[in-house]
Amino acid sequence: MSNVAAHADDRGHAHAHHPALQHHFDTMAQQKEAAVVGMWVFLLTEILFFGGLFAAYMVYRIWYFDAFAEASRSLSLFWGGLNTAVLIGSSLTMAMAVRCAQTNKRTATVNWLILTMILGAVFLGVKVIEYADKFEHHHVPGYNFQWAAAHEAPAAGEHAVAASEGAAAAEGHRELSLTPAQLQLTTQIYFSLYFTMTGLHALHMIIGIGIMLVITRMAYKGKFDQEYYTPVEMAGLYWHFVDIVWIFLFPLLYLVERHV
Amino acid sequence: MSGHVSPISLYITIFMALMVLTVATVGAAFVDLGQFNFLVAMIIAGFKATLVIWYFMHVKYASKLTKLTVATGIFFLAILLGLFLVDYGSKAFTQMPPFLS
Repeated sequence: MSNVAAHADDRGHAHAHHPALQHHFDTMAQQKEAAVVGMWVFLLTEILFFGGLFAAYMVYRIWYFDAFAEASRSLSLFWGGLNTAVLIGSSLTMAMAVRCAQTNKRTATVNWLILTMILGAVFLGVKVIEYADKFEHHHVPGYNFQWAAAHEAPAAGEHAVAASEGAAAAEGHRELSLTPAQLQLTTQIYFSLYFTMTGLHALHMIIGIGIMLVITRMAYKGKFDQEYYTPVEMAGLYWHFVDIVWIFLFPLLYLVERHV
Repeated sequence: MSGHVSPISLYITIFMALMVLTVATVGAAFVDLGQFNFLVAMIIAGFKATLVIWYFMHVKYASKLTKLTVATGIFFLAILLGLFLVDYGSKAFTQMPPFLS
């Protein structure tokens, strides 16, 4: 039988297999290599998936730089910076979870995975605070979008004057090339990209936490050892990828032009 | 055949480096570098991403096939963004589309 042949090692005699070794692989190393390359091919599709959004961001940022700079300044650097630190921290705990799985530490693997999920939840919680703030300030693109908040907006008569002189210049910023009416339209493009990019990133994090729930259960049941920890490693690759996306999103969305 | 096990100290070092670079990118954003603000931010982000890929994602210890796969992704991302710029850059760039000006 071909199965028997496939199960024979280099020297031609059958030997005991790791229970996790699938019959279509010769060795655990070969099986892991197939999983790693396969996972990276999936991550390549993810890179290009987010790449399309980065390309759209790039073109609109060049076209409406002043609107992007204005809108970017309205984001909270505190929450954005905190979330960056939280996500980098969760990458560290994820790396530790994989390391503990590699070294046969079952309880530690479970604990590091739970800590990673908690940090992921903290990130999403901060995102909820930020999104709520956007709704409160009418910074959500669509019918109720209002760039200048009601309490900041000058009265109707002053508005026309401000429009000709540049409203932002009056607020102490450098003079913008855009009128308030144009800002009202173009900042919406920034916030459309903001919600699409951070929203899809958050969706990836929710999926990542879902994956980790399954992996944590498997780790708790003792499915992994130093010979077989591929699912933990794959969950790690996914989580680190989500971290990398945020590493780029943070300067692109929060730090467009902060020095004025 | 278990994979390469990195020392904990390495992971802590990478984590600290990522945190320092995060502070650096925020700090750099408050300095007026003109057009180079964007470039500096992207170089720092690229360096951070490289650290994560190389050490946290174990690509340093991965096979040549895996390394080639990762490089392919970055290559095609560069094509996507590069040709986007070529396409839009070679057309009439207007600060505002006609319906807004």
